[in-house]
Order: sequence, then structure tokens, then C-alpha cells
Amino acid sequence: MSEAGRFAVGIDLGTTNSVVSYVDLQAGELPDNSVLPIPQLVQPGVVETRQQLPSFLYVPHESEVSPQELVLPWGECRNGVTGMIARHLGSKTPLRLVASAKSWLCHAGVDRRSGFLPLNAPEDLAKVSPLQASQVYLEHLKNAWNQQFPEYPLQQQDVTLTVPASFDPAARDLTVEAARAVGLHNLTLLEEPQAALYSWVKAAGDDWRKQVKVGDVILVVDVGGGTTDLSLIAVTEEGGNLQLNRIAVGDHILLGGDNMDLALAYRLKAKLDAEGKALQAWQIQALTHSCRDAKEALLGSDDVQSVPIVVPSRGSKLLGATLRTELTWEEVTQSLVDGFFPQVSVHEHPRQALRTALTQLGLPYASDAGITRHLAAFLCRQAQSTDTLFGHSGDDFVKPTAVLFNGGVLKAPQLAQRLMNVINNWLQEAGAEPARLLAGADLDLAVARGAAYYGFVRKGHGVRIRGGIANAYYVGIESSMPAVPGMEPPLQALCVAPFGMEEGTGTQPSAAEFGLIVGEPVQFRFYGSNVRRTDHAGVLLEDWEPGELEELPPIQATLPVENRRAGEFVPVRLAARVTELGTLCLEAIPRDSTQRWRIEFDVRNQQSA
Amino acid sequence: MTVDFTAMPAQLDLLHLILGILALAFLLFAVLKPKPAAVVPAPTAPQQPKAEPRPEPVAPPALKVNSPDAALQLLSLLQQEARFVDFLNEELKGFSDAEIGAVARVVHEGGRKTLQHYFKLQPVRAEEEESRVTLPAGFNAAEVRVTGNVVGQPPFTGTLVHRGWRVTDVNLPKLAEGHDARILVPAEVEL
Repeated sequence: MSEAGRFAVGIDLGTTNSVVSYVDLQAGELPDNSVLPIPQLVQPGVVETRQQLPSFLYVPHESEVSPQELVLPWGECRNGVTGMIARHLGSKTPLRLVASAKSWLCHAGVDRRSGFLPLNAPEDLAKVSPLQASQVYLEHLKNAWNQQFPEYPLQQQDVTLTVPASFDPAARDLTVEAARAVGLHNLTLLEEPQAALYSWVKAAGDDWRKQVKVGDVILVVDVGGGTTDLSLIAVTEEGGNLQLNRIAVGDHILLGGDNMDLALAYRLKAKLDAEGKALQAWQIQALTHSCRDAKEALLGSDDVQSVPIVVPSRGSKLLGATLRTELTWEEVTQSLVDGFFPQVSVHEHPRQALRTALTQLGLPYASDAGITRHLAAFLCRQAQSTDTLFGHSGDDFVKPTAVLFNGGVLKAPQLAQRLMNVINNWLQEAGAEPARLLAGADLDLAVARGAAYYGFVRKGHGVRIRGGIANAYYVGIESSMPAVPGMEPPLQALCVAPFGMEEGTGTQPSAAEFGLIVGEPVQFRFYGSNVRRTDHAGVLLEDWEPGELEELPPIQATLPVENRRAGEFVPVRLAARVTELGTLCLEAIPRDSTQRWRIEFDVRNQQSA
Repeated sequence: MTVDFTAMPAQLDLLHLILGILALAFLLFAVLKPKPAAVVPAPTAPQQPKAEPRPEPVAPPALKVNSPDAALQLLSLLQQEARFVDFLNEELKGFSDAEIGAVARVVHEGGRKTLQHYFKLQPVRAEEEESRVTLPAGFNAAEVRVTGNVVGQPPFTGTLVHRGWRVTDVNLPKLAEGHDARILVPAEVEL
């Protein structure tokens, strides 16, 4: 540890909000976990300090705002503005607003390094890539840190950056690339649901060992502004100490609080339409905004029956031009509690599979809004996830014994309660004990706090969640057989990285060899599976159940020409390792040398794929 | 004063509401006054005709003159969040209480958010209003104002009419060097 590396810093680079938390590594055994105040523009020329930085990027027109009005404590903003002001300006000029960059970062159907955001913006607008947008947010956070701690620049601190558990290897690599680009090199990645659990462990203090026991399966449900992320963590014992093991993660579900506000706004719009009041786009926007507050009021207490919703006119005349309606408790219950958390059986799953069209431009939003259906699908799919630790149960779904909530949506007591009820109904029907809720987390800040605490844990304090990679990865091999017209040659899958491979470990080079042509990029089909837990590296699958393997974007290897002849054919073997910072690394090793060539996960110009 | 929004809007309530909003504004301005502490040197009466010499060169008590920026900033925040300036510039004549009530919600909700976000408030006195309180000798007259039968020497015993408000923390946004605070809200032109 360098002299200046005094803090463990956790960065929650969220889809809608980013938070920075830190722990002073020199403050003893149980240090405080603070949240960094982040100065940001809220209006042109007006700077405020908030705990959250909205993850939005707005690129103003040159005559829209004077550069003197876009000044932050550390200088002028050159590449657009981020934070509150971006969301504010973008609400009126959406074509200049970049939002949900993080969801694009894990969207495999696009070239994530090419500038295409804001989507559908006119040609003359300078566009940015999801990678660049993430860099802008990180740069802002770095500057905010360095302004507060000039003696301890962020570049020299141990930074833990959180990613959704469902991020694929390419998205993880890109996140690391964005962080490196702003100078953050002492970096570790951590899955968000794990961070939430760390935060809970930290908040519970020594007491956490009393609140969970060996054999517990903790379900972490993280419903944020834009995404829902699921993980299972099993509690085991090793040498008399409790051990936490992350045993499964869910799919990437683009469904969250923003969908709920929109659902309410459109419900009210329908109501106003029926009264003969047609709404304009800006009114729907304002309605969405009001619905967010009204939702919190209605879901936060039992005795509020209805909340008036008022959309003031845009002009300076308010009277006579202001739209008034009402949001009732029944409407919120129907739209949100029943709409997003329907009481379904554990065997009712989302109607449509996720990630259907890899090539479609636009984010792959979940088409089924029922979070409980997604949860049911996850628990059924992962039915065997506890077998290795607790023995074969024969259950048709995982039965969590404890539940930890995270994300702003679940701050609403009625939603949290409904979700608990649904889970407990499933358990009751299966004859199991009800799960208990692990309480006491701050649902907005827990991920950043947990990430900072993880940095502290990595120094050898406290319990560490074991997990490794939550998928097994496979490379597709087309078997050589006589070509049959109209038939695709059957595909085999070679396991290159087994499930649960831990940080800092690697596999032996595969026995199978692949031919690479020197100087030419060669693409492989690439698959991931979050259910095949027992395949070890080198296993060749002839066939698999539908849905067991999920095709990921192709990966690409290029052997540089150095020391070789271009066009030369070189047999290589494949090996995988998980880096210390938590990314997967696939390497090609030529038979005749010990050099290793890195295989790229994020392949440019893959539109032909 | 409590404003009961669930009651049918009666004329009296509405008037109270508007009065309340005005009182809020004055209170905030009063609260803000000591902040920027731009003390102007005591005027030495340059406008006075020189022919009128003062018998005693006693300097008048120094009065602070605030830079208007903080007040303008607060007005701007109230306008943006609560449409405060718009509302006070409206003519209420000819509109029903229901219509005014709908707008009052905008002003109230936004104003409350602004107040809670930028100021930390607490009552000066913790006792219940309408209860009997005793003020010891040497009580702070800036904190507690005695009214009515003000005679004799403290301790005074009387009825707590209003608990008072004290701002314990002000956290106004910072302004850029070139920011013109007089533009409370810019005109908006949709292209």
C-alpha cells in the first residue's frame, strides 16, 4: 500500500444514480463508512452538493448555456454536464440527453465503443459511446473526491467498483476500461448484490453471526431505478467460522422504479383522456415526476387514500391552466403492487425470454413487468444451486431462508411486504419455513457502502463472500462432418471456464486445439451458462437442454504478425483465468510457444454476427 | 398555524394559506439576512449639506446591507420548485377556490421541499403552544419576545403563543462567478 493509499473507496456506478462511499483504512477495526458529498450543477451556474450523482450526460448546444455557467469547483465542464443539471436540462431536451449508459454497456447487440448516444439524435450532434459516458461519470466522481481529499488522490486509493451480478465478461472489461481511462488502476470489481450484503454485514456488526446460521440461503433482491438484479448467497461453516458463498446470480432484467413511475403516469393519462383532457408530452413528463412523489406518499403509509396530482402550466399563468387529478390508493395498488409484484405461483414465469433479439437497436427492456415472475423463474432455474454445498435437495426451486432487499423501489413498505408475502407463499406451499427479512440496510447507499467495506475486508478484516464467476463459459466448435445442404453443422461446446472459478486462479490449456491465422482476426461463438455448475474446463458438450446455454456475442482472437509470417496457420489451445480485479481473461496459447494472446470479448463491427 | 388541505377549501383557509406563504417568504428573508454579512461602513452623511454641522460626532449604529444575491437565489429556488413568483403575481379574482387550491398545492409542495432541503429548522421553544412557560432573568430577548402585560422584573410567566422557528443550518447552492442572480428563471422558448 502506498503512502497516499489511505482509503478503501466504493463506487456504485448506477444506472440512474452513482454514489461514492469510503472507509479510512487507518481508523482501526470497525471504521466508519462515509458517503462522499458530490458537488454538481443543478441549474446553469448553480452548484449543489448531493450524496447521489444522477448518471446522466447532457451535451448542451453551444448557444444554449454560456460556458461560464458550467463551472464546477474543479473547473469548467468540457465534455457535457452530468448530474442533476443533465437530468433537468434533458427532461426538456431529451435529444441531447444520454441516459442508462450502463444498460448499454452490457447490451451485446451494439458496438459499445462507438459513439451512438443519445440514440436517434440528429446527425450534427456529437455522440458518445456507452464507454465514454461511463468515463464522464467516473471522471466527475474522481474530481469530487480529489477536491475533498487533495492529499489522497483517488487514483492512489483502493477502489472497488460495483457491477450488476448479471454483467457479462465484455461489460465487466468495459467497466474496467472506463475506470482505467480516468486513472483508476487500483481497482476491484464487486457484484452489486454482494455489495449490498457486505453493507448489511457491516451495519449489523458482530451481530450478523447471530442473524444467520449454517444452511441459510440468502436471497438478495435489488430493484433499482432501471434494473432488477438477483443473487443467492449460502451460509456454510469452515473451521468454526461462518462462510458466505454466492451460489447463483440472475439474468440482467431491465425493469425497475422508472417503469413504475411511467406505469402510473400512463394510468393517469388514460384517466384524463377519458375526461376529455388530452395531454402533451411535457405534461406526461411532469405527471411522471409527480407520480414518483405520490407513489412514495401512498405506499409509505396505510391511511393515505388518495394523493392529488397537479401539473402546473408551463407558462407563468398558473390559474386556470393547471391540470389536477388524483392518484388513489387502489390505483397504486393495482398498477404497482399487483402489476409489478403479482401474486403468482412459483411455476409462473415471464411470458417471454429475455435477450431475444441481439441485433435490435434499443435497450432490451423486460417485456414482462412482473418482478415476482422473474424471481420465480430465477429460483426454479437455480433449483440445483445449493446441491454442492448442502447436498441434493430434490426441490424444484431454491427455498431461501432469508431475504435482503436493496434498491430504492423496495423502500416502499407495501412493495417490500408484498414481495415477502409472495416468497413466503411459495415456501409455505412447498412446506418450508417462511423466510426472514434481513433488516437495517440503507437501500439507496448500501451498494457503495458495501463496496467500500469490501475494500476493508480485502485487507484481511471480517468475512469475505466467496463466489468466483457465476457462469461457466464455452466456446462453440463446429464439428467436422460432411456438409449437408440447408443444415447447419452440429455445434459442440467446449467448456473453457468452469463455474465458480475464483479470482487469481486459472485453468490448464485445453486439450482441443483451434487453428488461428496469423494477422487475421478469428471469431469464436461464445456461450455462458449460469446453471451448469459441474462442467470443468476441457469438457466437450455434444448437446444440452434448451436454455441451459445462452449465446453471448462472439469473441475474437488475433495473433499479431511479430516473429511470424502473415497468413501462417497456427494451432492454439485456450486457457482461462479470473484476474485479481474480477474480470475473466481468455487466452490463446500457440502450441510452439509459451506466449499468450488475449482473446477479446468485445468485438467491434459485429453487426454481421 | 396548520393548513388543513383535506378540508373543503373555505375562503378563510385560502387566505390563511396565502398569508402563510407570505409569512414564510418574509421569515426566510429575515433568516438569510445575517448570512452574507457585507458590512457597509457607517455612512458619514455625505448627502447632508455641509452647512449643517453635527453637534456630536457620534457614529450612527452600523446597519448591515446585504448583497441581494442570497435573497434572489432563494426567490429563484422558490420559483423553480414552487412557482412562487408566478403564484404571487396572479390575480385571484374570478377563480374558484378549487382552482386556487390546486395551484396552492404546487406552491406548498414545492415550497416545503425547498425549505426542507436548504434549511434545517427547529422551534425556538420545545414546549407545547398554549402551555404556561417561565422565562428566567436574563432570557434572550432575540429568541423570545414578551408581549401583553410586560411589567416588573423577570422571571416572567406567561402563555407560549408561538414556538418560534430557528434555522440551525443553511445550505444554499453555490453560484458560478458570472451567474446573474437577477434572472430568477429564464424565459423558455421551445424550438
